[in-house]
Amino acid sequence: MCGATEGGLSLEGIDVKKEAIIQGQVVRASSNGQSDPVGNAYVRLLDRTGEFTAEVPTSATGHFRFFAGPGDWTLRTLAPKTEPVDTAVNAEIGAIREVAVHV
Amino acid sequence: MSRETALVTAEWVEEHLDDPSIVLVEVDEDTTSYDKGHIRGAIKLDWTTDLQDQVRRDFVSKQKFEELLSSRGVGNDHTVVLYGGNNNWFASYAYWYFTLYGHQDIKLMDGGRKKWELDSRELTDELPERETTSYTAQEQDTSIRAFRDETVAAIGVKNLIDVRSPDEYAGRLLAPAHLPQEQAQRAGHVPTSLNVPWSKNCNDDGTFKSDEDLLALYAEVGIESDKETIALCRIGERSSLTWFVLKELLGHESVKNYDGSWTEYGSLVGVPVALGDEPGQADGQSA
Repeated sequence: MCGATEGGLSLEGIDVKKEAIIQGQVVRASSNGQSDPVGNAYVRLLDRTGEFTAEVPTSATGHFRFFAGPGDWTLRTLAPKTEPVDTAVNAEIGAIREVAVHV
Repeated sequence: MSRETALVTAEWVEEHLDDPSIVLVEVDEDTTSYDKGHIRGAIKLDWTTDLQDQVRRDFVSKQKFEELLSSRGVGNDHTVVLYGGNNNWFASYAYWYFTLYGHQDIKLMDGGRKKWELDSRELTDELPERETTSYTAQEQDTSIRAFRDETVAAIGVKNLIDVRSPDEYAGRLLAPAHLPQEQAQRAGHVPTSLNVPWSKNCNDDGTFKSDEDLLALYAEVGIESDKETIALCRIGERSSLTWFVLKELLGHESVKNYDGSWTEYGSLVGVPVALGDEPGQADGQSA
């Protein structure tokens, strides 16, 4: 996996080789069977012990990004009118982990 | 100060949107958040330009602060209600900053912007118009602001609370994980500082935990209220939140925020640094 997701957040100016990146998009199933981006969600990054490490609001297109360290992490996604969703993810230096979160 | 005087709920703010004695102020780490939508009537303060000297690393002067608030229509008699993103990190910073310059009536909206959004409350892009005022600030109250020499002297003597995430404290990360990790300063923490991440003060929705839970949290790690405390993080904004909890919610007598925080301490020549999850000895050696 390399490069940012098409339509995602720009990685311009960031030395990707030195970062352990976790990024992705929060989506919600719509009535027509498609997935709609959720632009007013909050994604929390929890460390291997479950402790909070960082949080970002999603962009208008539902995208988010973290610069984590190598290892195991959990994404906890909060969105209006829905229960929090936890997603496990592993990160490593020089790699970009793409995660799709469905709320 | 107490929870009743220092904190208001999102519901309370919604009920007081048309109260002329109140000025809502949004302060965010992401300084574009306000422009994408804000609570009706709220003004914006940009922490990078409005609240920082643009040459030296320091706050704006008393005179500049007076000019800022006067131009934005904030008067000495107004009740200032602050809110912002990141669980009120920068709103807490502004709360501490306003207190530093002696504003009398100031409150934080519990949960900040996140709670407001998760409640699906209304945001607008309409900009408020406010009449200018003639604001008078006080000299900085340095009983709530710690500087580097005092922080170094506090090693092994005072309560030092490092409120960064465990991975930043241990030296495994150099910045909060939503920021790139390449940084100039050394990794680690001030020896003997205890790691109580700011997030332990808050629920997932950004609201503060109950006084009972907060008292238990600090009792468990051995933060004594009768001992002087210095809180620090990376640049002094998350530690403002912990300062708010200890000083304003729990009523600890002497609590200072070290706004130089790790970006200053971790760049100092010759000071001890501890690595790993334990506080370490005063000289920086592991226990």
